[in-house]
Amino acid sequence: MEQIQILKEREKQIFEKKDGGAAFDISCETTSLSGSVSQRACVFCGSRVVLYPVADALHLVHGPIGCAAYTWDIRGSVSSGPELHRLSFSTDLQETDVIFGGEKKLYASLIELIEQYSPKAAFIYSTCIIGLIGDDIDAVCRKVAKETGIPVLPVHSEGFKGTKKDGYRAACISLMKLVGTGETDDISPYSLNILGEFNLAGEAWIIREYYEKMGIQVVSTLTGDGRVDAIRKAHGASLNVVQCSGSMTSLAKDMEEKYGIPFIRVSYFGIEDMASALYDVAKLFPDRPDIMDKAREIVKSEVETLYPQLQKFKAALSGKKAAIYVGGAFKTFSLIKALRSLGMSVVLAGSQTGNSEDYRNLKEMCDEGTIIVDDSNPVELSKFILEKDADLLIGGVKERPIAFKLGVAFCDHNHERKIPLAGFIGMYNFALEVYQSVMSPVWQFAPRKGGLK
Amino acid sequence: MKHAKTATQNACKLCNPLGACLAFRGIENCVPFLHGSQGCATYIRRYLISHYKEPIDIASSNFNEDTAVFGGSRNLKLGLQNVTQQYRPEVIGLATTCLSETIGDDVKGILREYKKEFMNGSPMPVMIHASTPSYQGSHIDGFHGAVRAAVETLAEQGTPQQLVNLFPNMVSPADLRHLREIFDDFSLPCMMLPDYSKTLDGGPWAEYHRIPPGGTPASAISLSGSAIGSIEFTSTLADAKSPAVWLEEKFGVTRYQLPMPIGIRETDRFFSLLETISQKPQPEKYDDERRRLVDAYADGHKYIFDKKVIVYGEEDLVISMTAFLREIGMVPVLVASGGKSGQLKKKLLELVPDLEEAGIKVRDGVDFVDIEDEAKLLTPDFLIGNSKGYTMSRKNSIPLLRIGFPIHDRFGGQRLHHLGYRGTLELFDRIVNMVLQQRQDDSEIGYTYL
Repeated sequence: MEQIQILKEREKQIFEKKDGGAAFDISCETTSLSGSVSQRACVFCGSRVVLYPVADALHLVHGPIGCAAYTWDIRGSVSSGPELHRLSFSTDLQETDVIFGGEKKLYASLIELIEQYSPKAAFIYSTCIIGLIGDDIDAVCRKVAKETGIPVLPVHSEGFKGTKKDGYRAACISLMKLVGTGETDDISPYSLNILGEFNLAGEAWIIREYYEKMGIQVVSTLTGDGRVDAIRKAHGASLNVVQCSGSMTSLAKDMEEKYGIPFIRVSYFGIEDMASALYDVAKLFPDRPDIMDKAREIVKSEVETLYPQLQKFKAALSGKKAAIYVGGAFKTFSLIKALRSLGMSVVLAGSQTGNSEDYRNLKEMCDEGTIIVDDSNPVELSKFILEKDADLLIGGVKERPIAFKLGVAFCDHNHERKIPLAGFIGMYNFALEVYQSVMSPVWQFAPRKGGLK
Repeated sequence: MKHAKTATQNACKLCNPLGACLAFRGIENCVPFLHGSQGCATYIRRYLISHYKEPIDIASSNFNEDTAVFGGSRNLKLGLQNVTQQYRPEVIGLATTCLSETIGDDVKGILREYKKEFMNGSPMPVMIHASTPSYQGSHIDGFHGAVRAAVETLAEQGTPQQLVNLFPNMVSPADLRHLREIFDDFSLPCMMLPDYSKTLDGGPWAEYHRIPPGGTPASAISLSGSAIGSIEFTSTLADAKSPAVWLEEKFGVTRYQLPMPIGIRETDRFFSLLETISQKPQPEKYDDERRRLVDAYADGHKYIFDKKVIVYGEEDLVISMTAFLREIGMVPVLVASGGKSGQLKKKLLELVPDLEEAGIKVRDGVDFVDIEDEAKLLTPDFLIGNSKGYTMSRKNSIPLLRIGFPIHDRFGGQRLHHLGYRGTLELFDRIVNMVLQQRQDDSEIGYTYL
């Protein structure tokens, strides 16, 4: 078979662990290489994914139609109440707007939509073209806020002004304008905010229930099943617990600085990390030993149920090889641990937006021979999947067809998933999904596996 | 209550570059390339993959702030080099975005420079450049724009030969395969553009393919200038955007413009044209297909007569769908499109002269909230269109028959037929079954014979 070449400029973003990873060096946190076919999206995407689950806010995309059309109902973030976030609103700029400016159209759109849908707040996303034609969206937002009496928050997410991470930052800046504007009288000192949990398939509800069982008040989730009023009083919580650290750490830092709220980083994937998340939180309330007792009780009872269930999957999956390519690097740590608990090894671990500390940690965790890759593309992913003979790929929508074309099983660990993978129940679901794909008899017909003819 | 409406809510259209990327996927050994932000390429890939379930690599020149200020020349050249090295394409399908169009990049000039600076006389992939600013038109404009750009770039004058160009419009891979089969059965050589029947609905791979196999070869497109005619399935495409018109003006290739062949009348029109061009009678296989269709119409007509439907989608698609729905006795109470060629009603009248008397409302440039408002007043029995109508279908409890693109919430959208007697029969079966299922579901008795 023909050797697949890697672009020279991409080589420094790829590392293969050899000799214990002594010579570790990986380049990351750069813009994507032109023409490399990155799996990343843009600044707008970063903002859109963070703010998307705020269900009672209006999300208006200021630009031509594409940006709004491609993000309509795009994520599996569910709401327990209002579902305004599942509609798609665009100023749908036309050529004349580009020439003469889109401010009037933005203003009219906002006034009409706020009247029609009565949102609790409005987020206005700037797209590429706004950065060029110079609409003063801050001024329009201020004007509309004054006239309607609701927070109208500009999100400076012009697609070309950085990477997806800059979009996360822009979203956090907008959220920070809401935080601190609500009443905090009813908030207990034993309370927290859940940050970076987007309630895909109801995951935030699972996590919230654990914390509540421990006797901790959950003030807000940012932004899964998000509500404007809950975000407004998030500064009343005693602790911020941050998952998906890439997107929300900056908000946690801002809140620490302004309101003195400490934060910890956690992950809710896999037994080990899920249990650590509960213990780490409990440790921060040392004057209430009952909280730690409850955490132990939850872990014990959940693991007792879960552990025997996992054995069937482990027996089948032991020795299988997995490749991981996801958005944030932090998630790969949990996935590696979760796969190991099923007897599987990881031959490729990569992310779109990891930083050097993430990759250093990843290198420590990985086995000899594992490929670590930053901001990869379909050609590279295919090359490594084939060279390492992976049995499973974990990724998102754009990675899925690569796996299936090559006769490799696939687990969707991205925003479209419909099955909760967080929490203890999530570990069961994850194992089941991996099992169902890896063990499917359909692969016998894949040419790579012989094809049977 | 009726609200003033400036913003577009739940758009019934997509942006211009998406259509171009789709069309470029139908050229052999071609990589689509978007000159703009990384997000455009990624969002469009994701949107297409969710329908076609195939790898779809779209390169991007990946604008940053400097690019936006100083121009995209450097990034574009670097991107073209990298794509050439990584994919070894024969063709690069280059489409612009709102960003590169607004800063006014002279793409043609940059391509000329690129050739001088980097290729040093060595063969360069063919560059097909389509101008697709997202603030103009919709995805269908990008689709036709890319096809026309491909023809303008590649077509050459030649000795006239027994060859027909077919510009099939934005149809499914299954439709494309069916069209190919029809031409083969007429023994009529055909240059079909685009042809993503394999690239977007292909088999598994034994080894990695940089670019999925399939598509119309550039060499075949070159011959389009020497064809005896071009058939173009469209009702609304402006002459200035039509590849068939360009070929006629430039090389004297006769242009035959037909509505998309959906329904018996429009398919008859298509087959008669093939008989004329090939000077052969329609193969018996299609006589049989037509007979089976007429028979099915008879068997199913009572279930569907006078049923009210709303049909929405691209203008050319809804025009032909309306003609079909009228010939089976259904009433399209609203024909709606997010597109806005300005031709929708006029062209619809040509196919359905009793539009007004039949109470058929026609609206272009609409979004799904407009359609939903209409649905509340018109109380249709069914919706027919792409899967993006599901939101209003669910909310208003009106069943939806999924056709066209995109179909994101059902399996096999790439394998649905719409065209010819065969496609019409498939549509007819599905429509009748939808009515039957509803009758059965609504029935207190639950009949087992229907």
